[in-house]
Amino acid sequence: MRPLDRRLLRFAGRARTYLIALIVAMAAVAGLVIVQAQLLATAIAGAFAGGLGLPEMRGTIAALAAVVAARAALAWAIEGFSYRASAGVKSQLRRGLLEHAVRLGPRWLAARRSGELATLAATGVDALDPYFAKYLPQLVLAFVIPAAVAGRLLAADPLSAALIVLTLPLIPVFMALVGATTAERTRLRWRELGRLSYHFLDVVAGLQTLKVFGRAKAQADSIRKVTDSYRHATLATLRLTFLSSLVLELVATFSVALVAVSAGLRLVSGHLGLQTGLLVLVLAPEAYLPLRQLASHYHASADGLAAAGEVFAVLETPLPEGAPAGAAAPVPAAVRVEDVSVRYPGRDALTPGDAGLRFGAGEVVALAGPSGSGKSTLIGVLLGFVAPDTGRVVIEEPDGERELGELDMRAWRACVGWVPQDPVLQPGTVGSNIRLGRPDASREDVRRAALGAALHEIGLDAPVGEGGSGLSAGQRRRVAVARALTANRPVLLLDEPTAGLDAAAEAEVLATVRGLAREGRAVLMVAHRPAVLAAADRVVTLPPPGEPVRVPAGSAGAPA
Amino acid sequence: MTARDRAVWDPAWADTAVRDPAAPDRAIRETRPDHGAIWRLTLAAAAGTAASLGAIGLTATSAWLISRAALHPPVLTLMFAVVAVQVCGLGRSVFRYAERLTGHDAALRVLASIRVRAYTRLERLAPAGLAAFRSGDLVGRLVSDIDSIADRWLRVLLPYAAAAVAGAATTGFVALLLPSAGLVLAASLVAAAAVAPWAAGAVARKAERRIAPHRGELNAASLDLLRGCAELVAFGAVDEGLERVCDADRALRKAEGRSAAGRGIAASVTALAAGGSVWACVVLGVSAVRSGVLPGVTLAVVVLTPLAAHEVFGGLAPAAQQLPRIRASASRVRAVLRHPDPVHEPSLPLPAPAPPYDLRIENLSARWSAGVPDVLSGIGLTVPAGRRVAVVGPSGAGKTTLAMVLLRFLDPAGGRVILGGTDITELSGDTVRGIIGLCAQDAHVFDTTVGENVLLARRDASMAQVRDALLRAGLLDWVDSLPLGLDTPAGEHGARLSGGQRQRLALARVLLAGFPVLVLDEPTEHLDEQTADTLTRDLLAATDGRTVLLITHRTAGLELVDEIVRIEAGRLARPGRLRQAGAATQA
Repeated sequence: MRPLDRRLLRFAGRARTYLIALIVAMAAVAGLVIVQAQLLATAIAGAFAGGLGLPEMRGTIAALAAVVAARAALAWAIEGFSYRASAGVKSQLRRGLLEHAVRLGPRWLAARRSGELATLAATGVDALDPYFAKYLPQLVLAFVIPAAVAGRLLAADPLSAALIVLTLPLIPVFMALVGATTAERTRLRWRELGRLSYHFLDVVAGLQTLKVFGRAKAQADSIRKVTDSYRHATLATLRLTFLSSLVLELVATFSVALVAVSAGLRLVSGHLGLQTGLLVLVLAPEAYLPLRQLASHYHASADGLAAAGEVFAVLETPLPEGAPAGAAAPVPAAVRVEDVSVRYPGRDALTPGDAGLRFGAGEVVALAGPSGSGKSTLIGVLLGFVAPDTGRVVIEEPDGERELGELDMRAWRACVGWVPQDPVLQPGTVGSNIRLGRPDASREDVRRAALGAALHEIGLDAPVGEGGSGLSAGQRRRVAVARALTANRPVLLLDEPTAGLDAAAEAEVLATVRGLAREGRAVLMVAHRPAVLAAADRVVTLPPPGEPVRVPAGSAGAPA
Repeated sequence: MTARDRAVWDPAWADTAVRDPAAPDRAIRETRPDHGAIWRLTLAAAAGTAASLGAIGLTATSAWLISRAALHPPVLTLMFAVVAVQVCGLGRSVFRYAERLTGHDAALRVLASIRVRAYTRLERLAPAGLAAFRSGDLVGRLVSDIDSIADRWLRVLLPYAAAAVAGAATTGFVALLLPSAGLVLAASLVAAAAVAPWAAGAVARKAERRIAPHRGELNAASLDLLRGCAELVAFGAVDEGLERVCDADRALRKAEGRSAAGRGIAASVTALAAGGSVWACVVLGVSAVRSGVLPGVTLAVVVLTPLAAHEVFGGLAPAAQQLPRIRASASRVRAVLRHPDPVHEPSLPLPAPAPPYDLRIENLSARWSAGVPDVLSGIGLTVPAGRRVAVVGPSGAGKTTLAMVLLRFLDPAGGRVILGGTDITELSGDTVRGIIGLCAQDAHVFDTTVGENVLLARRDASMAQVRDALLRAGLLDWVDSLPLGLDTPAGEHGARLSGGQRQRLALARVLLAGFPVLVLDEPTEHLDEQTADTLTRDLLAATDGRTVLLITHRTAGLELVDEIVRIEAGRLARPGRLRQAGAATQA
């Protein structure tokens, strides 16, 4: 982990202004601490040694009041600056991460856990707060404040200043000595704490399963045991880790004591005035504090830096070759698949097995084949989500034909209505989901599409929760069918549109699909059940995985 | 009187449970750490007090030492003060170390005891009482809410307790030297400890409470965008999806900004209290020295001690600012824990009935909680031991509710379920679940090895029995093809298994447990057609000889059952035409 991630600073943009303001405000506080120490020393020495009263000290008292007011104002400003320094960066990182992930596309996402990416965007990035609000300013302050304190003391008592300059390096030296041995172990421990939380979550999420097997009550004991054994192991590590801060604190304490004792002895012998002695006493600890804080802020921002590293890993993934934008919008009359194959890393079988097929306006072609033969992969190719390793997809148009790769993907997808195998709905209502491809669709259109998808039992205003919750799998599928109908596109790719539907609903949906073909749409339908295969004009069967039998273009298999 | 008798005698009985006055108190007790943890917390607070007193004492003694030295006394007369300075300096560091160590010890003990208590309650509620927490994300939020209750004790009460004792001692000490200065110090410490967080709360309390929900919404919006990526891209709706995330981000930022404003006000009040008390002590001290009330040598002590005391109190306002967030978490957790028990265990459960386990459902009605309409009503069904019955019907017809009642996860609202001659409400839940097993659509796969996931069903099973269960579930070939075999990690929620493999794993589990009666609830949901058909046949073949209730909305692949019944809108469809209805779809 780099202590200073330049990519992050570059990303900071407008936030840099606030970062600078934050550093200036913090440095001003440090300056005020020095002034306050000076004023206190003057007042105490004046009253004790000089016998002065309040009237003689009016100026000092007024100045002290001003310092107090200024510090209060700066304390308020610092919180505002530190919020603004990190909030903008976090929002930009979030948006950048999600935008880039979506542009990388479904195939890239499929290899990752979307839950982890979402958590990284939503909460992982928040760990950057201490980095911007505390660690970055402290990087500057750790040099500025000790220098300012030593400078002030140099003018008042050169010997004290010299002692501070000599003992100050002890802090980073001990930090390195103790820190190196414990940092790694501490990080491992914290990671394990995360895993421990996860164990608890796993048990709660699996409560029903545990109860079925009569093991739920026993888990209370297991939660206690796991937490306890973690506690024992952690405390062993922490004993050592906290020793490092103990050592640092002791080094600082004894350095201050050294400065104070020398000042005290010179006070006794009369070589030093009380005012200077008090100044040394109040200021000396301030010289050691920033370096110690730097260490703890560094540890506090480690999570944020790690999260930022993960975000940049995504942002620096190159986008797939963009199709030429601005090409004429396609007017598809038929789609032809020629010798397409997709190679998945780690699998020797070619998927979808050198498929060749053609489906045109006005017909329903069923795509059959065993699990794993690549039916859904072929749909992915047709949608432009998966680039074929060999072969090509040709879009036949009234005035010629073009390859899929030559088209502007946005324009091509605007021609395609799709029902995925496992539809994902967006939160909102059933109606808003059906409108996804055509937000301005009339209520009448939406209602008709819902009827065509056999979606009788739920209203358009029924709420849809996160991840489509509130709807059963069958209902989600029918909403997806209605969504594709409403989008009103010339090409339809239906991936098992009737899976999980009962016979009556299946018949209704198939009748709707036949109707779509009659209206002149080109329909490709992944199918398995006899009733669905029977509804197709032709059936193309893909060979099982590992048997890359060539299916000639346009060939028709017999309905099973 | 058994639970069932009482339900007949008083139909509104479930409602009275909601109003059970003891329930809220019980829920609060369950989110409180146990005595061992509280004892450690006290120890940590004591060490914290000592460390704070050391820090304050260090300033006070060295201030006195410097002042005394200015009077040029013989060096030896200063020795006592020099030792005191050293003791305070050393004590500060050592006690701080002790505080951090015991504090973390206490933290983990508190965490353990709160988790165990909350879990014990959740265990009674699951699954029917936690129906609102089906989705994994919601369970995650509930669990992190439970964990954050521990923060109230550690991050708020502990520092406040330590600061209160140290503050009182310091105030007393300063008051001994100069009563008016003691009074000022006391007032300023109260301002730092109470007024500052109160002012922050006045500005940001609402925003603080909103932060966690906003963050949850942001997480959900991001997840919806990523999970629905393919469809949003295909339908050209990516921008709307991104806009939803940005809206959630803006809402979160606004709340965080408000919270920062609250922190700013608290920091300002704290700085004002600290500086103000020092300023007032200078004014009071100087005039007291001038009028001879205060010896000049103690003036530095009177002025500098408040400075050190406020350094200790400076951390309190940020700690207290977490209270609204913690309170919001706690109230969310309590809302869950207060949910009345979905099942009332008989006080004197009958012993387990003897085989054969004929199952008779008589005029059964059921609902998920009091006050909502019945999901099932008038269900009557007899399943003699060894018979295999498919319960079909559209989703939402109440089929899963029937499974919940049979597994004793939900009490019947009316009617009876007789298992082997005994009403199941007269049996304890564990007894019923020793006889009736469930293989559900969302059977949880734990994040451990494949082997452990199967062994869960019967801890004392031999390796041969585990392999046999996997064989019958059609999973053995796959397991044997893995380099690690049974020791292969299953991943988070079984992520390393395909949907079909997860269901087969769940089947292997119920086969290993050897339940004489099995309820299979939509075991093929979320699978592609072909896998679903194969699995349905394999399930029925593997459970041959047992009593099976196969709940499904699919009508394909049911050739192996003895009878098909249909549930529609919570009622049993007329039995005469059922077999036919099932057979028709096979054509």
